[in-house]
Amino acid sequence: MRERTRPVNRWLVTATQIALGIAFLAGWELGVRAGKIDSFFFSSPSQIGATIGNWWHQGYIVKDVVITMWETVLGLIIGGIVGIVLGIVLASNRFLGAVFEPLLVLLNSIPRVTLVPLFILWFGFSLLSKVVSAVVLVLFVVFFATYAGIKDVDPTLVANVRVMGAKPIDIVRHVLVPSALTWIFASLRSAVGFALIGAVVAEYFGASAGVGYRIQYSEAQLNTSGVFGGLAILMVLVTFVDTFIRWVQRRVLVWKPVDL
Amino acid sequence: MGPSGCGKSTTLSLIAGLDAPTAGTVTVRGNQVDGITDSAGFLFQRDALLPWKSVRDNVLLPLQLRGVRSDEARTRAAEWIGRVGLRGFEASYPHQLSGGMRKRVSLAQTLVYDPQILLMDEPFSALDVQTRNLMEAELLGLWQGSGKTVIFVTHDLEEAIALADEVVVMTAGPARVKARYDVTLPRPRDIEHVRLDPRFTELYSKMWNDLRDEVLESYARANAAG
Repeated sequence: MRERTRPVNRWLVTATQIALGIAFLAGWELGVRAGKIDSFFFSSPSQIGATIGNWWHQGYIVKDVVITMWETVLGLIIGGIVGIVLGIVLASNRFLGAVFEPLLVLLNSIPRVTLVPLFILWFGFSLLSKVVSAVVLVLFVVFFATYAGIKDVDPTLVANVRVMGAKPIDIVRHVLVPSALTWIFASLRSAVGFALIGAVVAEYFGASAGVGYRIQYSEAQLNTSGVFGGLAILMVLVTFVDTFIRWVQRRVLVWKPVDL
Repeated sequence: MGPSGCGKSTTLSLIAGLDAPTAGTVTVRGNQVDGITDSAGFLFQRDALLPWKSVRDNVLLPLQLRGVRSDEARTRAAEWIGRVGLRGFEASYPHQLSGGMRKRVSLAQTLVYDPQILLMDEPFSALDVQTRNLMEAELLGLWQGSGKTVIFVTHDLEEAIALADEVVVMTAGPARVKARYDVTLPRPRDIEHVRLDPRFTELYSKMWNDLRDEVLESYARANAAG
Protein backbone atom coordinates (compact mmCIF):
# COMPACT_ATOMS: atom_id res chain seq x y z
CA MET A 1 0.00 0.00 0.00
CA ARG A 2 2.97 2.35 -0.36
CA GLU A 3 2.07 4.04 -3.61
CA ARG A 4 3.88 7.28 -4.22
CA THR A 5 5.65 7.68 -0.92
CA ARG A 6 7.33 10.98 -1.50
CA PRO A 7 9.76 11.79 1.28
CA VAL A 8 8.41 14.40 3.68
CA ASN A 9 10.20 17.71 3.57
CA ARG A 10 12.01 17.67 6.90
CA TRP A 11 12.57 21.42 6.95
CA LEU A 12 8.88 21.96 6.44
CA VAL A 13 8.09 19.55 9.29
CA THR A 14 10.50 21.30 11.66
CA ALA A 15 9.32 24.76 10.62
CA THR A 16 5.67 23.77 11.16
CA GLN A 17 6.49 22.30 14.57
CA ILE A 18 8.30 25.46 15.64
CA ALA A 19 5.46 27.63 14.30
CA LEU A 20 2.86 25.59 16.21
CA GLY A 21 4.92 25.85 19.39
CA ILE A 22 5.27 29.60 19.04
CA ALA A 23 1.57 30.00 18.25
CA PHE A 24 0.63 28.00 21.36
CA LEU A 25 2.94 29.99 23.65
CA ALA A 26 1.94 33.31 22.07
CA GLY A 27 -1.77 32.50 22.42
CA TRP A 28 -1.22 31.58 26.05
CA GLU A 29 0.77 34.73 26.79
CA LEU A 30 -1.62 37.04 24.96
CA GLY A 31 -4.62 35.36 26.60
CA VAL A 32 -3.13 36.07 30.02
CA ARG A 33 -2.22 39.68 29.13
CA ALA A 34 -5.71 40.32 27.75
CA GLY A 35 -7.16 38.99 30.99
CA LYS A 36 -8.93 36.05 29.33
CA ILE A 37 -6.80 33.49 31.13
CA ASP A 38 -6.28 33.66 34.89
CA SER A 39 -2.54 33.66 35.47
CA PHE A 40 -2.96 32.47 39.07
CA PHE A 41 -4.20 29.10 37.79
CA PHE A 42 -2.46 28.89 34.45
CA SER A 43 0.61 31.12 34.86
CA SER A 44 2.05 32.40 31.58
CA PRO A 45 5.09 31.65 29.45
CA SER A 46 6.83 34.85 30.53
CA GLN A 47 6.23 34.14 34.22
CA ILE A 48 7.43 30.54 33.78
CA GLY A 49 10.51 31.84 32.00
CA ALA A 50 11.13 34.29 34.82
CA THR A 51 10.78 31.52 37.41
CA ILE A 52 13.23 29.29 35.56
CA GLY A 53 15.62 32.24 35.22
CA ASN A 54 15.30 32.85 38.92
CA TRP A 55 16.05 29.22 39.73
CA TRP A 56 19.05 29.39 37.46
CA HIS A 57 20.46 32.41 39.33
CA GLN A 58 19.90 30.74 42.67
CA GLY A 59 21.72 27.64 41.40
CA TYR A 60 18.74 25.35 41.85
CA ILE A 61 18.45 24.15 38.28
CA VAL A 62 21.86 22.59 37.92
CA LYS A 63 21.55 20.96 41.33
CA ASP A 64 18.00 19.66 40.74
CA VAL A 65 18.67 18.47 37.24
CA VAL A 66 21.85 16.67 38.22
CA ILE A 67 20.07 14.87 41.07
CA THR A 68 17.02 13.89 39.02
CA MET A 69 19.13 12.81 36.05
CA TRP A 70 21.36 10.74 38.29
CA GLU A 71 18.33 8.93 39.77
CA THR A 72 16.79 8.47 36.34
CA VAL A 73 19.96 7.15 34.71
CA LEU A 74 20.71 4.78 37.59
CA GLY A 75 17.11 3.53 37.48
CA LEU A 76 17.31 3.09 33.73
CA ILE A 77 20.62 1.21 33.85
CA ILE A 78 19.74 -1.08 36.75
CA GLY A 79 16.15 -1.68 35.61
CA GLY A 80 17.33 -2.17 32.04
CA ILE A 81 20.01 -4.71 32.93
CA VAL A 82 17.72 -6.67 35.27
CA GLY A 83 14.91 -6.59 32.70
CA ILE A 84 17.13 -7.75 29.84
CA VAL A 85 18.77 -10.53 31.85
CA LEU A 86 15.41 -11.75 33.21
CA GLY A 87 13.94 -11.60 29.71
CA ILE A 88 16.79 -13.63 28.21
CA VAL A 89 16.76 -16.23 30.99
CA LEU A 90 12.99 -16.69 31.13
CA ALA A 91 12.58 -16.70 27.35
CA SER A 92 15.37 -19.18 26.67
CA ASN A 93 14.65 -21.57 29.56
CA ARG A 94 11.17 -23.00 29.14
CA PHE A 95 10.84 -24.29 32.71
CA LEU A 96 11.84 -21.01 34.35
CA GLY A 97 9.70 -19.15 31.85
CA ALA A 98 6.63 -21.20 32.69
CA VAL A 99 7.19 -20.68 36.43
CA PHE A 100 8.03 -16.97 36.54
CA GLU A 101 6.39 -15.34 33.55
CA PRO A 102 2.87 -15.36 35.16
CA LEU A 103 4.39 -13.96 38.35
CA LEU A 104 5.86 -11.02 36.45
CA VAL A 105 2.54 -10.40 34.72
CA LEU A 106 0.92 -10.34 38.16
CA LEU A 107 3.51 -7.96 39.61
CA ASN A 108 3.23 -5.76 36.55
CA SER A 109 -0.47 -5.25 37.25
CA ILE A 110 0.31 -3.47 40.53
CA PRO A 111 0.10 0.30 40.09
CA ARG A 112 3.72 0.88 41.00
CA VAL A 113 3.24 4.54 41.94
CA THR A 114 1.33 3.42 45.04
CA LEU A 115 4.46 1.60 46.20
CA VAL A 116 6.58 4.75 46.23
CA PRO A 117 5.61 5.78 49.81
CA LEU A 118 6.62 2.27 50.89
CA PHE A 119 10.01 2.64 49.23
CA ILE A 120 10.50 5.90 51.05
CA LEU A 121 9.58 4.18 54.28
CA TRP A 122 12.02 1.35 53.59
CA PHE A 123 14.90 3.24 52.01
CA GLY A 124 14.50 6.72 53.45
CA PHE A 125 14.56 10.12 51.73
CA SER A 126 17.87 9.29 50.13
CA LEU A 127 18.83 8.52 46.54
CA LEU A 128 18.05 4.84 46.99
CA SER A 129 14.27 5.19 47.29
CA LYS A 130 14.16 7.21 44.05
CA VAL A 131 16.32 4.75 42.16
CA VAL A 132 14.20 1.81 43.37
CA SER A 133 11.03 3.58 42.21
CA ALA A 134 12.54 4.11 38.77
CA VAL A 135 13.82 0.52 38.64
CA VAL A 136 10.44 -1.10 39.33
CA LEU A 137 8.90 0.91 36.50
CA VAL A 138 11.69 0.34 33.98
CA LEU A 139 12.25 -3.33 34.74
CA PHE A 140 8.87 -4.54 33.53
CA VAL A 141 8.83 -2.53 30.33
CA VAL A 142 12.26 -3.83 29.35
CA PHE A 143 11.56 -7.37 30.56
CA PHE A 144 8.40 -7.81 28.49
CA ALA A 145 10.05 -6.35 25.40
CA THR A 146 13.09 -8.63 25.73
CA TYR A 147 10.89 -11.65 26.42
CA ALA A 148 8.69 -10.95 23.40
CA GLY A 149 11.72 -10.16 21.25
CA ILE A 150 13.35 -13.50 22.01
CA LYS A 151 10.12 -15.46 21.59
CA ASP A 152 9.75 -13.75 18.22
CA VAL A 153 13.06 -15.09 16.86
CA ASP A 154 12.80 -16.86 13.52
CA PRO A 155 13.28 -20.60 14.28
CA THR A 156 15.11 -21.03 10.95
CA LEU A 157 17.91 -18.79 12.23
CA VAL A 158 18.27 -20.92 15.35
CA ALA A 159 18.23 -24.16 13.33
CA ASN A 160 20.84 -22.73 10.97
CA VAL A 161 23.36 -21.87 13.68
CA ARG A 162 22.69 -25.16 15.47
CA VAL A 163 23.71 -27.12 12.37
CA MET A 164 26.86 -25.00 12.18
CA GLY A 165 27.73 -26.22 15.66
CA ALA A 166 26.39 -23.51 17.99
CA LYS A 167 26.08 -24.33 21.67
CA PRO A 168 23.17 -22.84 23.65
CA ILE A 169 25.30 -19.91 24.82
CA ASP A 170 26.31 -19.21 21.20
CA ILE A 171 22.65 -19.16 20.22
CA VAL A 172 21.92 -16.59 22.92
CA ARG A 173 24.86 -14.44 21.87
CA HIS A 174 24.64 -14.62 18.08
CA VAL A 175 20.90 -15.01 17.53
CA LEU A 176 18.62 -14.31 20.50
CA VAL A 177 20.19 -11.13 21.86
CA PRO A 178 20.76 -9.38 18.51
CA SER A 179 17.26 -10.30 17.44
CA ALA A 180 15.77 -8.95 20.66
CA LEU A 181 17.83 -5.73 20.47
CA THR A 182 15.33 -4.02 18.19
CA TRP A 183 12.61 -4.61 20.75
CA ILE A 184 14.87 -3.73 23.65
CA PHE A 185 15.73 -0.36 22.13
CA ALA A 186 12.12 0.38 21.37
CA SER A 187 11.31 -0.37 25.02
CA LEU A 188 14.28 1.66 26.31
CA ARG A 189 12.85 4.76 24.71
CA SER A 190 9.60 4.41 26.63
CA ALA A 191 11.58 3.24 29.67
CA VAL A 192 13.28 6.66 29.79
CA GLY A 193 9.90 8.22 30.45
CA PHE A 194 9.11 5.61 33.09
CA ALA A 195 12.47 6.05 34.84
CA LEU A 196 11.87 9.76 35.05
CA ILE A 197 8.32 9.23 36.36
CA GLY A 198 9.66 6.87 39.03
CA ALA A 199 12.36 9.31 40.11
CA VAL A 200 10.16 12.40 40.04
CA VAL A 201 7.22 10.76 41.84
CA ALA A 202 9.56 9.55 44.58
CA GLU A 203 11.00 13.05 44.88
CA TYR A 204 7.49 14.35 45.02
CA PHE A 205 6.69 12.16 48.00
CA GLY A 206 9.75 12.94 49.97
CA ALA A 207 13.01 14.63 49.01
CA SER A 208 15.05 17.74 49.67
CA ALA A 209 16.13 18.40 46.09
CA GLY A 210 15.43 17.34 42.53
CA VAL A 211 13.00 18.52 39.88
CA GLY A 212 10.13 16.55 41.44
CA TYR A 213 10.83 18.19 44.78
CA ARG A 214 10.88 21.62 43.09
CA ILE A 215 7.46 20.95 41.52
CA GLN A 216 5.99 19.70 44.80
CA TYR A 217 7.42 22.69 46.68
CA SER A 218 5.93 25.11 44.15
CA GLU A 219 2.57 23.38 44.34
CA ALA A 220 2.54 23.65 48.11
CA GLN A 221 2.92 27.40 47.70
CA LEU A 222 0.24 27.53 44.96
CA ASN A 223 3.00 28.73 42.63
CA THR A 224 1.75 27.50 39.22
CA SER A 225 4.70 29.12 37.42
CA GLY A 226 7.00 26.88 39.43
CA VAL A 227 4.96 23.77 38.58
CA PHE A 228 5.03 24.52 34.85
CA GLY A 229 8.69 25.51 35.08
CA GLY A 230 9.53 22.12 36.60
CA LEU A 231 7.53 20.34 33.91
CA ALA A 232 9.32 22.32 31.19
CA ILE A 233 12.66 21.22 32.62
CA LEU A 234 11.49 17.59 32.66
CA MET A 235 10.47 17.83 29.00
CA VAL A 236 13.90 19.08 28.04
CA LEU A 237 15.51 16.28 30.07
CA VAL A 238 13.45 13.53 28.39
CA THR A 239 14.16 14.94 24.94
CA PHE A 240 17.85 14.96 25.72
CA VAL A 241 17.96 11.35 26.98
CA ASP A 242 15.73 10.13 24.12
CA THR A 243 18.02 11.74 21.56
CA PHE A 244 20.97 10.02 23.16
CA ILE A 245 19.25 6.60 23.05
CA ARG A 246 18.32 7.08 19.39
CA TRP A 247 21.91 7.97 18.68
CA VAL A 248 23.09 4.71 20.28
CA GLN A 249 20.30 2.79 18.56
CA ARG A 250 21.37 3.98 15.11
CA ARG A 251 24.89 2.78 15.79
CA VAL A 252 23.92 -0.60 17.23
CA LEU A 253 21.21 -1.40 14.71
CA VAL A 254 23.11 -0.47 11.54
CA TRP A 255 21.95 -3.71 9.95
CA LYS A 256 18.30 -2.65 9.96
CA PRO A 257 16.78 -2.06 6.53
CA VAL A 258 14.78 1.02 7.54
CA ASP A 259 16.10 4.13 9.16
CA LEU A 260 14.77 4.35 12.68
CA MET B 1 10.86 -35.53 -4.32
CA GLY B 2 7.35 -35.98 -3.07
CA PRO B 3 4.09 -34.18 -2.51
CA SER B 4 3.84 -31.40 0.07
CA GLY B 5 3.69 -32.61 3.65
CA CYS B 6 5.09 -36.07 2.97
CA GLY B 7 8.04 -35.55 5.31
CA LYS B 8 10.90 -34.52 3.05
CA SER B 9 12.00 -31.65 5.28
CA THR B 10 11.57 -33.81 8.37
CA THR B 11 13.91 -36.37 6.85
CA LEU B 12 16.57 -33.70 6.38
CA SER B 13 16.09 -32.46 9.97
CA LEU B 14 16.54 -36.01 11.22
CA ILE B 15 19.77 -36.44 9.28
CA ALA B 16 21.07 -33.10 10.55
CA GLY B 17 20.13 -34.05 14.10
CA LEU B 18 17.89 -30.99 14.48
CA ASP B 19 14.97 -33.28 15.35
CA ALA B 20 15.03 -36.64 17.10
CA PRO B 21 13.07 -39.54 15.59
CA THR B 22 9.97 -40.65 17.53
CA ALA B 23 10.86 -44.24 16.68
CA GLY B 24 13.84 -45.96 15.09
CA THR B 25 17.31 -44.61 14.55
CA VAL B 26 19.13 -42.50 11.97
CA THR B 27 22.59 -43.58 10.89
CA VAL B 28 25.01 -41.27 9.08
CA ARG B 29 28.26 -42.74 7.77
CA GLY B 30 27.97 -45.65 10.19
CA ASN B 31 27.32 -43.53 13.26
CA GLN B 32 23.98 -43.25 14.96
CA VAL B 33 22.77 -39.65 15.00
CA ASP B 34 22.57 -38.25 18.51
CA GLY B 35 22.57 -34.46 18.61
CA ILE B 36 23.78 -32.35 15.73
CA THR B 37 25.52 -34.23 12.92
CA ASP B 38 28.98 -32.62 12.72
CA SER B 39 29.61 -33.55 9.15
CA ALA B 40 26.40 -32.00 7.83
CA GLY B 41 25.66 -28.60 6.36
CA PHE B 42 22.12 -27.36 5.86
CA LEU B 43 20.76 -24.94 3.29
CA PHE B 44 17.26 -23.80 4.15
CA GLN B 45 14.45 -22.73 1.90
CA ARG B 46 13.92 -19.58 3.93
CA ASP B 47 16.55 -16.95 4.46
CA ALA B 48 18.68 -18.16 7.33
CA LEU B 49 21.45 -15.56 7.27
CA LEU B 50 21.75 -13.52 10.43
CA PRO B 51 20.45 -10.10 9.36
CA TRP B 52 22.61 -8.29 11.94
CA LYS B 53 25.86 -9.70 10.61
CA SER B 54 27.65 -8.56 7.49
CA VAL B 55 28.40 -11.01 4.67
CA ARG B 56 31.88 -11.52 6.09
CA ASP B 57 30.67 -12.15 9.63
CA ASN B 58 27.95 -14.52 8.44
CA VAL B 59 30.50 -16.63 6.59
CA LEU B 60 32.95 -16.44 9.51
CA LEU B 61 30.37 -17.57 12.07
CA PRO B 62 30.48 -21.37 11.54
CA LEU B 63 34.28 -21.26 11.70
CA GLN B 64 34.18 -19.29 14.95
CA LEU B 65 31.64 -21.71 16.39
CA ARG B 66 33.90 -24.59 15.45
CA GLY B 67 36.91 -22.99 17.05
CA VAL B 68 38.94 -22.32 13.91
CA ARG B 69 41.84 -19.92 14.58
CA SER B 70 40.82 -16.41 13.59
CA ASP B 71 43.48 -15.71 10.94
CA GLU B 72 42.77 -19.03 9.23
CA ALA B 73 39.02 -18.41 9.52
CA ARG B 74 39.41 -14.99 7.87
CA THR B 75 41.37 -16.45 4.98
CA ARG B 76 38.86 -19.24 4.40
CA ALA B 77 35.85 -16.91 4.65
CA ALA B 78 37.40 -14.48 2.17
CA GLU B 79 38.16 -17.36 -0.18
CA TRP B 80 34.58 -18.65 -0.12
CA ILE B 81 33.05 -15.20 -0.51
CA GLY B 82 35.21 -14.94 -3.64
CA ARG B 83 34.20 -18.38 -4.88
CA VAL B 84 30.50 -17.54 -4.78
CA GLY B 85 31.24 -14.32 -6.64
CA LEU B 86 30.62 -11.81 -3.87
CA ARG B 87 34.04 -10.20 -3.54
CA GLY B 88 33.43 -6.54 -2.77
CA PHE B 89 30.27 -7.25 -0.78
CA GLU B 90 32.02 -8.42 2.42
CA ALA B 91 30.77 -5.48 4.46
CA SER B 92 27.19 -5.54 3.13
CA TYR B 93 24.29 -6.64 5.29
CA PRO B 94 21.84 -9.28 4.00
CA HIS B 95 19.00 -6.79 3.44
CA GLN B 96 21.21 -4.90 1.01
CA LEU B 97 21.59 -7.95 -1.24
CA SER B 98 19.23 -9.56 -3.76
CA GLY B 99 17.61 -12.94 -3.08
CA GLY B 100 20.13 -14.70 -5.33
CA MET B 101 23.08 -13.00 -3.64
CA ARG B 102 21.76 -13.98 -0.22
CA LYS B 103 21.59 -17.60 -1.38
CA ARG B 104 25.21 -17.33 -2.50
CA VAL B 105 26.17 -16.09 0.95
CA SER B 106 24.24 -19.03 2.47
CA LEU B 107 26.13 -21.40 0.20
CA ALA B 108 29.46 -19.90 1.26
CA GLN B 109 28.39 -20.01 4.91
CA THR B 110 27.61 -23.73 4.59
CA LEU B 111 30.54 -24.78 2.43
CA VAL B 112 33.16 -22.79 4.33
CA TYR B 113 33.39 -25.42 7.06
CA ASP B 114 33.62 -28.20 4.52
CA PRO B 115 30.73 -30.47 5.57
CA GLN B 116 30.80 -33.89 3.96
CA ILE B 117 27.03 -33.98 3.60
CA LEU B 118 24.99 -31.10 2.24
CA LEU B 119 21.33 -31.09 3.16
CA MET B 120 19.37 -28.76 0.94
CA ASP B 121 15.70 -28.10 1.60
CA GLU B 122 14.23 -26.51 -1.54
CA PRO B 123 16.98 -23.93 -1.30
CA PHE B 124 16.24 -22.19 -4.60
CA SER B 125 12.46 -22.43 -4.70
CA ALA B 126 11.91 -18.82 -3.66
CA LEU B 127 14.08 -17.48 -6.48
CA ASP B 128 12.91 -16.45 -9.93
CA VAL B 129 13.52 -18.96 -12.73
CA GLN B 130 16.62 -17.30 -14.21
CA THR B 131 18.28 -16.87 -10.84
CA ARG B 132 17.36 -20.42 -9.91
CA ASN B 133 19.07 -21.79 -13.01
CA LEU B 134 22.15 -19.70 -12.26
CA MET B 135 22.24 -20.99 -8.70
CA GLU B 136 21.86 -24.60 -9.86
CA ALA B 137 24.80 -24.15 -12.20
CA GLU B 138 26.73 -22.51 -9.38
CA LEU B 139 25.99 -25.41 -7.04
CA LEU B 140 27.11 -27.96 -9.63
CA GLY B 141 30.32 -26.01 -10.20
CA LEU B 142 31.11 -25.80 -6.49
CA TRP B 143 30.20 -29.41 -5.86
CA GLN B 144 31.98 -30.92 -8.87
CA GLY B 145 34.97 -32.91 -7.70
CA SER B 146 34.42 -32.20 -4.01
CA GLY B 147 33.21 -35.72 -3.27
CA LYS B 148 30.41 -34.39 -1.06
CA THR B 149 27.05 -36.10 -0.70
CA VAL B 150 24.17 -33.75 -1.45
CA ILE B 151 20.64 -34.57 -0.36
CA PHE B 152 18.43 -32.12 -2.16
CA VAL B 153 14.70 -31.76 -1.57
CA THR B 154 12.74 -30.17 -4.38
CA HIS B 155 9.30 -29.91 -5.93
CA ASP B 156 10.80 -29.24 -9.28
CA LEU B 157 11.26 -32.34 -11.42
CA GLU B 158 13.57 -30.58 -13.86
CA GLU B 159 15.78 -29.39 -11.03
CA ALA B 160 15.89 -32.91 -9.62
CA ILE B 161 16.91 -34.53 -12.89
CA ALA B 162 19.37 -31.80 -13.84
CA LEU B 163 21.25 -31.99 -10.53
CA ALA B 164 20.99 -35.55 -9.25
CA ASP B 165 22.58 -38.94 -9.73
CA GLU B 166 19.63 -40.58 -8.09
CA VAL B 167 16.08 -39.33 -7.59
CA VAL B 168 13.91 -40.79 -4.83
CA VAL B 169 10.16 -40.23 -5.09
CA MET B 170 8.23 -40.42 -1.85
CA THR B 171 4.58 -41.25 -1.34
CA ALA B 172 2.00 -38.88 0.12
CA GLY B 173 2.30 -39.13 3.94
CA PRO B 174 3.09 -41.36 5.68
CA ALA B 175 6.25 -41.18 3.64
CA ARG B 176 7.44 -44.32 1.96
CA VAL B 177 9.90 -44.57 -0.86
CA LYS B 178 7.77 -45.02 -3.92
CA ALA B 179 10.45 -45.26 -6.56
CA ARG B 180 14.13 -44.62 -7.23
CA TYR B 181 15.57 -43.47 -10.52
CA ASP B 182 19.17 -43.43 -11.58
CA VAL B 183 19.99 -40.37 -13.59
CA THR B 184 22.71 -41.44 -15.99
CA LEU B 185 23.20 -38.10 -17.72
CA PRO B 186 26.95 -37.54 -18.11
CA ARG B 187 28.91 -35.15 -15.90
CA PRO B 188 29.99 -32.44 -15.79
CA ARG B 189 26.54 -31.23 -16.70
CA ASP B 190 25.52 -27.98 -18.25
CA ILE B 191 22.26 -26.87 -16.66
CA GLU B 192 21.20 -25.02 -19.80
CA HIS B 193 21.73 -27.85 -22.24
CA VAL B 194 21.03 -30.93 -20.18
CA ARG B 195 17.31 -30.22 -20.39
CA LEU B 196 17.42 -30.68 -24.15
CA ASP B 197 18.95 -34.16 -23.87
CA PRO B 198 16.46 -36.86 -25.03
CA ARG B 199 17.31 -38.96 -21.94
CA PHE B 200 16.24 -36.00 -19.83
CA THR B 201 12.79 -35.74 -21.39
CA GLU B 202 12.30 -39.50 -21.27
CA LEU B 203 13.11 -39.61 -17.55
CA TYR B 204 10.94 -36.59 -16.98
CA SER B 205 7.77 -38.17 -18.38
CA LYS B 206 8.40 -41.45 -16.58
CA MET B 207 8.89 -39.74 -13.23
CA TRP B 208 6.01 -37.38 -13.70
CA ASN B 209 3.67 -40.40 -14.10
CA ASP B 210 4.72 -41.69 -10.68
CA LEU B 211 4.67 -38.32 -9.01
CA ARG B 212 1.30 -37.29 -10.41
CA ASP B 213 -0.52 -40.08 -8.57
CA GLU B 214 1.03 -39.01 -5.28
CA VAL B 215 0.31 -35.35 -5.84
CA LEU B 216 -3.32 -36.11 -6.68
CA GLU B 217 -3.54 -38.35 -3.65
CA SER B 218 -2.25 -35.72 -1.25
CA TYR B 219 -4.39 -33.07 -2.93
CA ALA B 220 -7.51 -35.21 -2.48
CA ARG B 221 -6.63 -35.79 1.18
CA ALA B 222 -6.04 -32.12 1.81
CA ASN B 223 -9.44 -31.32 0.30
CA ALA B 224 -11.15 -34.06 2.28
CA ALA B 225 -9.56 -32.77 5.47
CA GLY B 226 -10.33 -29.13 4.70
